[in-house]
Order: sequence, then C-alpha cells, then structure tokens
Amino acid sequence: MAGASELGTGPGAAGGDGDDSLYPIAVLIDELRNEDVQLRLNSIKKLSTIALALGVERTRSELLPFLTDTIYDEDEVLLALAEQLGNFTGLVGGPDFAHCLLPPLENLATVEETVVRDKAVESLRQISQEHTPVALEAYFVPLVKRLASGDWFTSRTSACGLFSVCYPRASNAVKAEIRQQFRSLCSDDTPMVRRAAASKLGEFAKVLELDSVKSEIVPLFTSLASDEQDSVRLLAVEACVSIAQLLSQDDLETLVMPTLRQAAEDKSWRVRYMVADRFSELQKAMGPKITLNDLIPAFQNLLKDCEAEVRAAAAHKVKELGENLPIEDRETIIMNQILPYIKELVSDTNQHVKSALASVIMGLSTILGKENTIEHLLPLFLAQLKDECPDVRLNIISNLDCVNEVIGIRQLSQSLLPAIVELAEDAKWRVRLAIIEYMPLLAGQLGVEFFDEKLNSLCMAWLVDHVYAIREAATNNLMKLVQKFGTEWAQNTIVPKVLVMANDPNYLHRMTTLFCINALSEACGQEITTKQMLPIVLKMAGDQVANVRFNVAKSLQKIGPILDTNALQGEVKPVLQKLGQDEDMDVKYFAQEAISVLALA
Amino acid sequence: METKLPPASTPTSPSSPGLSPVPPPDKVDGFSRRSLRRARPRRSHSSSQFRYQSNQQELTPLPLLKDVPASELHELLSRKLAQCGVMFDFLDCVADLKGKEVKRAALNELVECVGSTRGVLIEPVYPDIIRMGFSLMNPNSATQISVNIFRTLPPSENPEFDPEEDEPNLEPSWPHLQLVYEFFLRFLESPDFQPSVAKRYVDQKFVLMLLELFDSEDPREREYLKTILHRVYGKFLGLRAYIRKQCNHIFLRFIYEFEHFNGVAELLEILGSIINGFALPLKTEHKQFLVRVLIPLHSVKSLSVFHAQLAYCVVQFLEKDATLTEHVIRGLLKYWPKTCTQKEVMFLGEMEEILDVIEPSQFVKIQEPLFKQVARCVSSPHFQVAERALYFWNNEYILSLIEDNCHTVLPAVFGTLYQVSKEHWNQTIVSLIYNVLKTFMEMNGKLFDELTASYKLEKQQEQQKAQERQELWQGLEELRLRRLQGTQGAKEAPLQRLTPQVAASGGQS
Repeated sequence: MAGASELGTGPGAAGGDGDDSLYPIAVLIDELRNEDVQLRLNSIKKLSTIALALGVERTRSELLPFLTDTIYDEDEVLLALAEQLGNFTGLVGGPDFAHCLLPPLENLATVEETVVRDKAVESLRQISQEHTPVALEAYFVPLVKRLASGDWFTSRTSACGLFSVCYPRASNAVKAEIRQQFRSLCSDDTPMVRRAAASKLGEFAKVLELDSVKSEIVPLFTSLASDEQDSVRLLAVEACVSIAQLLSQDDLETLVMPTLRQAAEDKSWRVRYMVADRFSELQKAMGPKITLNDLIPAFQNLLKDCEAEVRAAAAHKVKELGENLPIEDRETIIMNQILPYIKELVSDTNQHVKSALASVIMGLSTILGKENTIEHLLPLFLAQLKDECPDVRLNIISNLDCVNEVIGIRQLSQSLLPAIVELAEDAKWRVRLAIIEYMPLLAGQLGVEFFDEKLNSLCMAWLVDHVYAIREAATNNLMKLVQKFGTEWAQNTIVPKVLVMANDPNYLHRMTTLFCINALSEACGQEITTKQMLPIVLKMAGDQVANVRFNVAKSLQKIGPILDTNALQGEVKPVLQKLGQDEDMDVKYFAQEAISVLALA
Repeated sequence: METKLPPASTPTSPSSPGLSPVPPPDKVDGFSRRSLRRARPRRSHSSSQFRYQSNQQELTPLPLLKDVPASELHELLSRKLAQCGVMFDFLDCVADLKGKEVKRAALNELVECVGSTRGVLIEPVYPDIIRMGFSLMNPNSATQISVNIFRTLPPSENPEFDPEEDEPNLEPSWPHLQLVYEFFLRFLESPDFQPSVAKRYVDQKFVLMLLELFDSEDPREREYLKTILHRVYGKFLGLRAYIRKQCNHIFLRFIYEFEHFNGVAELLEILGSIINGFALPLKTEHKQFLVRVLIPLHSVKSLSVFHAQLAYCVVQFLEKDATLTEHVIRGLLKYWPKTCTQKEVMFLGEMEEILDVIEPSQFVKIQEPLFKQVARCVSSPHFQVAERALYFWNNEYILSLIEDNCHTVLPAVFGTLYQVSKEHWNQTIVSLIYNVLKTFMEMNGKLFDELTASYKLEKQQEQQKAQERQELWQGLEELRLRRLQGTQGAKEAPLQRLTPQVAASGGQS
C-alpha cells in the first residue's frame, strides 16, 4: 500500500523522461512479488518495460540484484524470467555490461525444473556471444566452472551446454581447463550429468582442435558408449555422427569404428534403435569405404533385429541408404546385400515394420532401374498391396508414382490393377479414399478406353458408398475425370448414370446427384447443364426430405451463373420462390440466399 | 441442419471428410492406433529374451533330487541348475512343450529343495545359482548367454501406456520366470544363506540390473523384485548406500527426463520401510532425498499410481524428524497442481496425513500459506476438491490447531469462504461452508464479526488496488514508449543534421 500512494502521483508527475525517481524500485518489486502468480507472471513478462523505466544504471544496480537474490518462485515465473534475461543486454547498457546478467541466470541454471534450466542455459549461450573476450574469461568462464563443480546434478548438467560457446574464444590455458572440466563431467557419478555431457559431446567436439578431438574426445566417446546405462550409451551414438565428420578415414577406422560396431550389437534395443535411426547420418559421416565394409553388415543385422522397433527404424532407412551409396555400386549392393533382407521384412510379423518398409520401398525402384524393379521389387509391392494391415497397403498406394516414373503406368497397372480393384472395395474407408485419389492419375495415363473397361464401374460404385467422405471424394474424382476426358465422354458415360440416382429411394444418393451436378456443371458447360442437369434439379425441388430440398437451392445457386437468363428467369426463379415459402427453416434460408446471390429478387 | 435427417438411414460418414487423403507414412492414418493394437495378436512382444538362444538342445528329465544319495546331491543340483538356464520361446505357446515341462518340473523341485532342505547351499552352488538366474559370471564372454531374470526389457507394446487405464503386458515366460524368482527368493531367505559368500556375485552391477527390471510392465514380476531387493538391502550392508543412490537416479530421471518408469510405487514401498529404519539424527543425505527427490516426485503426471506409497514415505520422514515439516509443506505448496483436480484431491489427502502428525510449533510456521491454499481449494469449481478441503474441518486435531491459531488462520481463509458461500454452484459445498463459518463463529465470535465487517472494505480496496496496478503499468508503458522514441530521436537527430551536408557535398562534386 505504501507503494500505491506514491504511485498515484507517478504518471501525473511524469514531466520529461529520465526522471529516475519516478518509479521507486520498491513499487516495481512489489509487483514482482504479488501474491497472485498470474500477476507476478505478467510483471515478469514485462520485465523489459520495468528495466526501460528504470534506465540502464538502476537496472544494473537495483533490479538485477533483486532478481538474483530474492526470486524463488513458481517455475512458470522462473521460465519467463530466464527467457527475458536472454534479451536483456541492451537494457543493462550493452555488451560492456552483459556480464551483469550472469548472476541471476546462474541461479536459474541450477533450479530443479528442467525447462527453466534449459531456458537459462539457452539465454546464457546467447549472452556469451555478446561478451568481449576479456569479459568472457573474467566472468563467463568462471561461471561455467562454478556450475560444473556444483554439488547438485542440476548445475552440472547445465554446465554441459555452456562449454562449446566459451571454448573457441578462450585463451589456450583456459581452453585446457575447459576440456578438463568437460572430461570430468563425462565420468560424473550421476547418470543425469553423463547424459547431458554425452548429448553435448558432438557439439563440443566441433569447436575443439583436431588433436584434442583425437586425444580427448574419442576416449570420452568410447567410455560413454560403454556406459552402464543404456540411456547414456544411446546418446553417444548421436555424438558419433558429429565426431566422425571431423576425423580422417584412417582415424575413423581405428578410433570410432570399434565403438560403433559394438553399439550396433548392444544388448539394449534402445541403443541398436538409435544406430538404425541415425543410420543415414552415420553412413554419410563414415564415408563409402567403411559403409561397405562395416555399416552394411551392421545394417543387415538391424534389419533382422529381434525387436520390431529396431527393424522398423532400419526399414525406414532402406531408401536413404541406397541413395547415399556411390552411384556406380548402388545397384549391386542393394541387389546382393540388402534386397534379401527386405524380402523377409515384407512378411514380418509386426505391422509397424511392414508399414515402415512400405513407406520407402517404392523409392528403391529409381535406384534399381526398370528391369530389376519388374523382376524383384514388383512381387514385393504386390505382396504388400495384399497385406492384411491397411497402413501397409496405404503406404504402398501413396507412393505409386515413384514406380510409375521407372516402369511406366502400363506395366504397373497390369500388375497392380487386380490389387487396386480389390482395395477399391476395402473395408476401411481410408484405404478406399487413398485409392480414389489415384484415379485421375491412372485414368490420365491409361486412356479412356482402358478406363471405361476396367475402372469406370468402380468410380460409379463409390458414389453410393456408405461413407460420406468416399462419396465426396468420388464426386471430385468425377470432375477431374471430365476435365481429362472431355464433355462428350461425360455426356455419354457419366451424366446419365449420375442423373439416374435422382430417383433413388435413399435420400443420401439423391443428394449425391446434386453434389455431382455441383461439381460437374462447370466442366460440362452450359448446354449439358441446361438440357440434362437442370430439369433433374428442378424436379427434385419437390423432394419429401428437407435436406434434399435445401441442397436443390444450393445447387441452383451454384449452377445459376452457367445458365442463360431465360432459364434463370423462366425455370429457376419460380422454383426458388416456391422453396422460399417452404415450411422448413433451412430450405427457406438457402432458397432466399440463392435468390439474392443470383439477383432474381 | 445435418441433424435434420430422417431416422431411417443415418449416415455413417466420418465427422471430418476434409481429412488429408494421403497421410504421411510414419503417422499412418487417422485410425485409432489403440484399437488396432488391441485387435491384433500380441506377437511382436518380447523376443529379446529368446533371441540369443542358439542351437536349442533337447532337455531330458534328470533323476529327482530326493532320489539320489547325499554324495551325488550337489552334482545333480548343479546339473539341474544348468538345465534351468536353458531358455524357451513362450511367444510360440506350443513350441517345445516337453522341454518346457522338464524345466518347469526342475524349477519346482529346486524351489522345494532350497526352501526345505538344510545344508544344500554350499559355496560351490552359488555361482551355479547366479548363472541360472542372472549370468553375471562371464560378462566378457563373446557369446551372450540367455538368462532367466536379467534380460533387456522389450519395448512397450503401447508407447502411451497408462498404468491406470491400460492392461499391462504380461511377461510371456512367466510360468518359468515366476519359479526362478521364487527360487531365488527362497535362496536369499534360506537360513543357510551366507551373504559373505554371495556378495562376490551380488554386487553393484547386480543391483543395477535388478533395478532396471523394475520397469517391467508385469506387476507380478515387480512384486517379486520388490521383495528380492528388500532382502538384498537387508542382507548386504555394503550395498545399501549404493541401492539408495541408484533409486535416487531412477527417480530423478523419472521426474526430470523421462516420465515413464513402471516400478516407482514398488521402489517407494521399499524406501518407506528403509526410511522407517533410519537412525536419528537423520543424515544430510536422507534429508536431501526427501527435499530433492520425494517432494519433486509429487509433480509427476502419473502421481496417482504411486501416491499412497509416496505419502507414506513423506509421513515417515516427518515422524522421524518434525523439523522437516516446514520444508515438506512449502514444497507441496510449490508443486500444488494447477489444472489437475484429481491430483489436487490427492495433495489434500496427503496434507491431512501430514497435519495429523504435525507438531503445533511447526504448524505455526506454515499456517498462513497453507490455509491460503486450502481456501483456494475450497473455492475450486470442482466440488470434489472443495469438499476434500472442507473435510479438514471434520478433523479434530486440525480443528484444535485452527482454534489455537485462529487469529492467523481465520483472516487467511475468511474472505474466500465468505465469498464462496454465496457463489458456489454445489449445494453440498455451500452447506459445508456454512458449517465451517458457524464453527468459526463459535470459536471466536468477536474476530468473526470483525472479519465480516472488514470484508466489504477489503473488496473495495482490492478493486482500488487493481485499478492502481493498471495505472502503474499504463504509466510504465508510456514511459517506455517515450524512452524508445527518445533513443530513436537521438539516432535520427544527427542524421537530420547530416542531410544538408550530404546535399552540400553532392553539390560540390
């Protein structure tokens, strides 16, 4: 309350700026201490406003000490604070004073809650860049050391993320100390700290001199990769990618490969999973020679791993593996060393494995070329197209176009057509939907004749599917087909069949007629619309189901612009007027809307 | 308007026909993965264990232990133990039925023998027993030997496994595994058991592997592990500190890194009995465990699964050392749930358990923040939370504490209670609040009248404060804008002065 009374005079007395006595720090601090968390949070989020009001000097001398000493708040408030302080350099007087921000951030970097700590570390990393080299050694590096030797694991884990930002700009003596600190954290007693160190190992390796990488990082990598906890070992695999990028082929062979081989056969599936998951990165980092000698055999093992998770992760990488192989050997390697394993995976017991494979297997056809695809891959595609699991079938269908580029649609369709016809009637509507999406593509490539013969009836059958999404997709499909095959084809093949449904006893089918007309009228043009479609629409205005009637109104609104004035005035207007008097509210509404849109009033 | 359909044919269309037609391969499609998972047979489950078994040998029944002379007993025992080290594929339930039966019978016999026969557990048997269950004998051996108990747990069938909702995946090899656990438990509990011999095998690495298994989804397995770990803690004094430290690591990882570990409740149960045995005064290590591990454990999403055990541990600590009360209550207030009413009810329950054992001198230290929180709970729109908080007044000990400190407690809760009594939607809550207010009136009529009188005034003050706050921020915002303009102006000013010069110099050239 004491603050409040002073406050009353505050804004009124604000004459010129630079009036530093205007807002006593006590008032602002009162706000930052408010009992209501939400209000505290609001205040913290406007910390920059407070700092601006105080000016740089008082921010440094009054606000920051307060923040450093007295904030033991809810994690949410601390998170906001950690975030704010990362952008505070300007508010304390620029880079020369950036180090003033370190004390509160140091405190925040030691709290229990992970998100707060991470945010504090992020802000510290940001601020580190704003330090001059001198200030970095005078203030920042000591802070990192303090954190690294903190007695609770939280500060030590935070320290792990700070080594790489201060290392490059430190002097040689300090560099040696930093490396020493990092080394000790890699063998910390607490697994949390070892995990943090392992996850920063790659990043740290990148800023080190090559000699140090070899003499210090590699041994750390080796020991983390054989940690007693699998959660540490798997992080070492991640670091492996970054480390490998820094070393020569010979060094890789002697320094990294023994450990990586071991990781690929780790007894914990999580570690093997990580190897499979990072396989493409590892492959690129290790180079073609090691890939051929070592990684391919390891990959074969991952493809037949006992855990489905690992097999699925490896199966996902099959295509990338091929793409990353040297062009001249690709085909042979895939054919001889990978394909046999893929063949087994096609009949895996686990659906996730099969579906992972199905999502990439089609991509192999570009690598293997036409003949191999027809001879070796096509049977696999067909087998997967018949898989009991819809995910697998869907993934195959969604990637048909990659194969199309290689062997051509004719070839493809002859082999795949039976499977497609089967899928068109699949019990899962999403599978049917995926097939419909491919119809325009197939139709365009196969030509009218083939389409009429094999696929047309399917397309019409979908119009009376019991799932709305399928009927809707089928309607759109018809429109695309008409765009491909032209109006004459539409008039002869599609329109009569669509119009017959107007007399269907099921009102949903009658509505489908209307939806088809909405979609087709534009593609078919004025003549067909006026002569064939309009009479049917008008007739349906007398339907007993209100939903049909208001859809008639909607359809008339839609096709109106295509019709000529005579038809509009002579035929459409009376019907809409009648519907405008309908007993049903919605019918009335849509009829009136159509009248006003078509300007028939 | 879609509802206006004739009842005859209800459309079965999916609710959102606009779904993306070709889903990305890894997210599959919108099918409920859960229903799929349930529908398909659980075949993929756990092959980790069976994997390393090469060239399955045929098991032939050995003579019964009781049928051989004492001189041959140990040799036969060792052969039986080796036989039980052979692993079978339980995913294929008809595979090798004969072998499975032989092993089952042998295990049964071993359980029987170690439990009832004295003098069986001589030193040479220990390595065989450990090898059969755990295989730590030759960790450097290139060929991985299958072992009954120490195996890598398979990935969970259900990545979003919710221990409260979902059925756990049961360990397929349980028919054998149970007997192995039973055997090992009887081994530990046998009067002949010599920790000094066993400690060569039951070491830190052994403990670490044992603890990892607590993540098993099978509650039967965790139950055995709990008893075994408890026995190990009891018999191997040298491992105690290590076990506590590793439990800490598991909990900390569970809290801060990876909110998934199936065995938290079991580990807490063991710790509950360990805490019970702590000597006084408590070591710093133990206090730290309370403050930095047990209290933060309250923040975990799946609290309900292990809350009973956790609350037991906390109360155990307070019964040991009452001076920890303030730390604990402030910690709970810090982690008080904001959005999860179910957890809020649990917190209230635990708080009452703590208040049941609180010392009046400690109560004074935390009464104000505590009862402000209780008042917030009473004003919760969720009636179970409000009801649970109001039940505090049914507790005679708490009531006596309130009475002794009514000059602090009453002002802390009065405003809220008074307001909620007029506003709460739930009739039960309103009448409970009336009862509480009545108790207050009886407790200290004068104070009650004063509070009633000042209630309105406070409301007005609050409004005024809110307005002042708004003005403050408005003023700050204006000042900020002015300062921003000021700095920009300062930058622009020299530019303006420069312009004519530039023009002039342009003219010169």
